[in-house]
Amino acid sequence: MSSTGTPVARSEVIVPSRVLGMALFIATEALFFAGLISAFVVLRAQAIDWPPAGQPRLPIGVTGFNTLVLLASAWTMQQAAATLRRGEPQVRRLIMITAALGALFVGIQGYEWVNLVRYGLTTGSSLYGATFYTIVGAHGLHVLAAVISLIAAALIAPARSREGTDRTWLDPFRMYWFFVAGVWPVLYVLVYLS
Amino acid sequence: MSTAAIAHPKSFWREYVFSTDHKTIAKQYLSTGIFMALVGGLLAYVMRMQLAYPGQAIPGYGTIDPQSYNAVVTMHGTIMIFWVAMPILLAAFGNFLIPLMIGAADMAFPRLNMLSYWIFFLSTVVLLASFFVPGGAAAGGWTSYPPLSGSAAYSGGQWGVTLWLLAVAMEFAAFLMGGINFITTAINNRAPGMKLFDMPLMVWMQLGASIIFLFSVGPLIAGAVMLILDRVAATGFYNPATGGDPILFQHLFWFFGHPEVYVILLPGFGAVAEVLPVFSRKPFFGYRMMVYATIITGVLSFIVWAHHQFIAGIDPRLATAFSITTILISVPIAVMTFAFIATLYKGSIELKTPMLFALGTLVVFLLGGVTGIHLGTAATDIYLHDTYFVVAHFHYTLIPPVFFGFFAAWYYWFPKMFGRMLNEGLGKAHFWLTFIFMHVTFIPMFLLGFGGHHRRISNPQFFEAMQGPEAERLQIIATAGAIGILLSQIPFVVNSVLSLLRGAKAPANPWQANTLEWTVPSPPPHGNFETVPQVYRGPYEYSVPDRVDDWFPQDAKV
Ligand code: HEM
Repeated sequence: MSSTGTPVARSEVIVPSRVLGMALFIATEALFFAGLISAFVVLRAQAIDWPPAGQPRLPIGVTGFNTLVLLASAWTMQQAAATLRRGEPQVRRLIMITAALGALFVGIQGYEWVNLVRYGLTTGSSLYGATFYTIVGAHGLHVLAAVISLIAAALIAPARSREGTDRTWLDPFRMYWFFVAGVWPVLYVLVYLS
Repeated sequence: MSTAAIAHPKSFWREYVFSTDHKTIAKQYLSTGIFMALVGGLLAYVMRMQLAYPGQAIPGYGTIDPQSYNAVVTMHGTIMIFWVAMPILLAAFGNFLIPLMIGAADMAFPRLNMLSYWIFFLSTVVLLASFFVPGGAAAGGWTSYPPLSGSAAYSGGQWGVTLWLLAVAMEFAAFLMGGINFITTAINNRAPGMKLFDMPLMVWMQLGASIIFLFSVGPLIAGAVMLILDRVAATGFYNPATGGDPILFQHLFWFFGHPEVYVILLPGFGAVAEVLPVFSRKPFFGYRMMVYATIITGVLSFIVWAHHQFIAGIDPRLATAFSITTILISVPIAVMTFAFIATLYKGSIELKTPMLFALGTLVVFLLGGVTGIHLGTAATDIYLHDTYFVVAHFHYTLIPPVFFGFFAAWYYWFPKMFGRMLNEGLGKAHFWLTFIFMHVTFIPMFLLGFGGHHRRISNPQFFEAMQGPEAERLQIIATAGAIGILLSQIPFVVNSVLSLLRGAKAPANPWQANTLEWTVPSPPPHGNFETVPQVYRGPYEYSVPDRVDDWFPQDAKV
């Protein structure tokens, strides 16, 4: 996303366009998850037993660890942005570490899915399975998309730092990463723990 | 995109097809929308012929079976709302006008803008393709309620509904990109000196519509994803047999669906708000009040959705609450209507074609709004729900912004878009014919609805209560009216084509209007403004005392 470079200063730009644009996108995404969450709450409130008898329990421990992985990635992302702002060189490596942690998160989730399917939890086995795969799957796809966006960011990073003047170009990437990392603990508590 | 790149000559592809210029993208949206209006209009013709002459062969189509009728109703509604109203009113005019009216060179994110159109284009292809898949197009109504839409066994083919859902999801992704662009541009790219309260009302309305769309579409996408999964992955979210809840979809749908009607209404009203002061040579009455009414409408539009579900078995206490919010929302809308009327009061009114269509918007909408009171009240709605009264009501509220609002905008901004003037005589004929046949078509539907005629019925002969000479006569009048509406578009097409080919060249400011788009040549060049304009005043300073001209452009130094 590049902004139109208008030569004359516009009136009162308080929030830069790319930050504003990303904030609006994230608001929409948040409401998408709010839709899924409210569906989950309604369906669950109407269910007779939750989780239904004969369905496997969700892996709380491993996923708890995975939650920490994602939170750690938010921290490395923050470091990347801070490094960029100070004009130091390791930005690219920090972006790659963040992306790797994100990929690890998706990998562990995928591994757990394979196990759960083997134990008989599928999208069609119960609403318990249906809501689980839909919500966790939607989040997993978001993390995957965010990892891809970070790989793109890492690719353009050298050119950006050669230009040198713009020290906030990573901001929209960071915002989106914070969003996917930040929404996960909510989903974890809701779907796994409650 | 940098400004340097805009000035460079470009290949045919970059100039007309994969263009990032907001004006080209606007025209792309406009032409796609007009094409889809033709498709939607022909589907309306098929329905009306079947209702007036059930079971007989329809000229140009043949006989229609109930399954195909359901598909035709569904696709007519879907196309008119999502592929005509939104691309034309929001995407086309928003794209064309926002940068020009605020004195910007282009949108904030031109490449995202181009991507938005091409995703929309793909969604159009997917939707049209769904007519030709085995089992035919989606037939579950434009609201696509499960369980009807949840299983192939209920609504015909396996593919139709899935493609429908896919097309709608893609389209929303496209408008999401557009909405982000509109809001960011209006907030960040205004010309120096243009404060928020100096923006023309059209920009406010586009801004309001975009914000409403953005904040309502997420839950619908969630609901649509769950519906797709119900169909392809056996999840059973909306299937009571597995513990699911069909009403859940209704909530997710109408949480979006009702704000959506304001997404369509506001840009239409925006066009009216631009036209009225220019053709009454008066300042807009209560500009700020209008802006506040827009904001209040936006907020309220999020808490009225369950009025579509009075019959669906929701808690009666809830129904009362939603009745109240529904009737409350008519307050800001009434404020807007009164502001429009007060703008006319004691003006020097010129009944040029754009003005006729703007006034037509108001008159028709008033009738639609008044009939809405009956439906917003849970008590009367229980009787009128799902009858032709509802069909007449929502056409009386949708056609003003979508038809009349669009034509007001078309006749008003055509000179700016294409650099040619339209013919006034043909324009006026177009207005009067459309306006008269509109009533001929839909007034009989109110009467049919009172008589208990249900909507979405493929053949009235199947039901005793819908027969009788009276009902048949009304059906035939409505059909004659509908054909009249379609034929009334001939002057519009002839006028537009002739004017494009050899209309008089349009000057920069043919209507002597104040807003910034009229300060650049018609059509505006790449990059719009040669030098960035400086804005000194609000958009509606007409007939200012002690001035020779009765208009006062926003960028004119005293
Ligand atoms: C030429 C003018 C039009 C005619 C004659 C017409 C006719 C009809 C008829 C007869 C129905 C109801 C069919 C039934 O329930 O069996 C219908 C449904 C509908 N129309 Fe129109 N229409 C016209 C224009 C429009 C426009 C401009 C819009 C919106 C912008 C629109 C939106 C809808 C919607 C949303 C439905 C409901 C579809 C459903 O039940 O799922 N129509 N139309």
